Amino acid sequence: MRKESLLNAALLVVLLAFPLWAWFVDEPFLITLTTRAIVFAIAGIGLNFALGFGGLVSLGHAAFFGLGGYVVGVLAFHAQTYTPLMEWPFAIGGTKSMPVTWLTAIVLSTVLAFAIGALSLRTTGVYFIMITLAFAQMLFYFTISWSTYGGEDGLSLYVRNGFPGLNTMDPIQFFAICYVILLIVLFIVFSISRSSFGLALGASRQNEERIQAVGQVPFRLYLTAFAISGAITGLAGALFADLNRFVSPTMFSWQTSGEIMVFVILGGVGRVFGPVAGAVLFILLEHTLGGLSEFWHIYLGAVLLGVVLFARGGLYGMIAGREVAHD
Amino acid sequence: MTEPILDIRGVSKSFGALKASNNVSIDLRAGEIHALIGPNGAGKSTLIKQIAGGLMPDSGSVHFDGRDITVLSTPARARLGMGRTFQISSLAMEYTVLQNAIVGALGHRGDVFRFFRPVMKDADLLATARDALGQVGLEDFHNFRTSELSHGQRRQLEVAVALTLSPKVFLMDEPMAGLGTEGSHRLMDFLDQLRHKAPILLVEHDMDAVFTLADRISVLVYGEIIATGSVDEIRSNPTVQSAYLGEEAEA
Repeated sequence: MRKESLLNAALLVVLLAFPLWAWFVDEPFLITLTTRAIVFAIAGIGLNFALGFGGLVSLGHAAFFGLGGYVVGVLAFHAQTYTPLMEWPFAIGGTKSMPVTWLTAIVLSTVLAFAIGALSLRTTGVYFIMITLAFAQMLFYFTISWSTYGGEDGLSLYVRNGFPGLNTMDPIQFFAICYVILLIVLFIVFSISRSSFGLALGASRQNEERIQAVGQVPFRLYLTAFAISGAITGLAGALFADLNRFVSPTMFSWQTSGEIMVFVILGGVGRVFGPVAGAVLFILLEHTLGGLSEFWHIYLGAVLLGVVLFARGGLYGMIAGREVAHD
Repeated sequence: MTEPILDIRGVSKSFGALKASNNVSIDLRAGEIHALIGPNGAGKSTLIKQIAGGLMPDSGSVHFDGRDITVLSTPARARLGMGRTFQISSLAMEYTVLQNAIVGALGHRGDVFRFFRPVMKDADLLATARDALGQVGLEDFHNFRTSELSHGQRRQLEVAVALTLSPKVFLMDEPMAGLGTEGSHRLMDFLDQLRHKAPILLVEHDMDAVFTLADRISVLVYGEIIATGSVDEIRSNPTVQSAYLGEEAEA
């Protein structure tokens, strides 16, 4: 328990200190790299909520990541081209305001997760994996063929979206925004994990028969968890679009779903901070190994194999021990 | 004679050619322990599932507290006041003993969709959970991970979780199994008192326990109730002796 808290604190300190140092020595690329890790971490925290806490192995979280990204992209597109998003029944225009786009991304991701969850949670195991994957693939091909918003080429944001009172084009300021959002998301997930809902969800994951025998319906718990999970990953998608000032159908691809799952597994399934560690490790590997060879994924694969075979609790399981056991 | 709280009327369930329940009628009245006995494969577990939920009878009906619950789900039946313990301990094994008891208390209170207040600091839930653990003698183990408990302690925890539901009836599927002599006697004393809180439908293999505790006994053989009656009636019933008690005595 104490070890885990220490590791949590260390992660947060490093994630803050490193970009501040990079800012000091004027290395904006390293700031952006850290911001990227933070955005991935948030996406992983979202998936971990379903996968780790609810035992719902979703291979379709790219659907929410992509949706969040496209919300930002599409709204910015209309703002840039001065075209309305829709005229009937209400006139809605585009926007380049970060808070507005994020909120929209969260709401729409929640709705999408609710819909996908309501259909796919009727299945379990490998069927659940396949159905979530299928939904993400549907959105992937949908965006590829939607030429209004760039089709396969995606959409570019000429200027990064704005946040009141801040210059978001400054890497350190945009980093600060993402860091604060990470803290908020961590706080929310940590709170839920200790709440009534968290306890009931965990009980349901471990033993559905038990939770039914005390009068609760597993499906409702899972659906709620899936919606929250989708909302968080959707928010990460929006931040990813802001970070890159670019969205493309790749965000919806099954590789994206897989990468998000890698963050979770590397870091530690079911640990609140697990995906943060996983995303940092991923970025670290991508940056160092990516410099050695463009085929760096082969090394990532080896690391992943090692984790799955020898350290099933991921980085957190290795360092902090078995706080919460998982199968 | 008081109106039965739990009333199973002519329930039948077949799996292919196998009649697991064949026109079974059994009831449970306030203040009693009604034991259900029968050899392995007699259909006891199938019957329990049809009472507690999870398995729909092909025909017949289940009435509980004055209403027909035949089509209700397991959670709905639990909320109406059925406290079930499982034949094979069914607990959240990664949780502590106290957490498992809290899950019961929380499920009973019903407000699982609360996202921010720490549940393990909820005074009401803690009081209910601690009280239940105390009643079964697990108060010193509340911080143990459930997977670390002995088999017998898990059985006790099953009962404790059922207690947190303050149920109107208890359905207990072999609560004594694997408890050892001392544990069995402790649990027997406890159930003896518990029947005054809520009646117990007790599926049990331990004949000592059944003959000591039961107000009534029903004997299930090949999916059919072949006899229902007091301990003495069942003991002296020749059909029961030939069908069941004789062979069981050797085992």
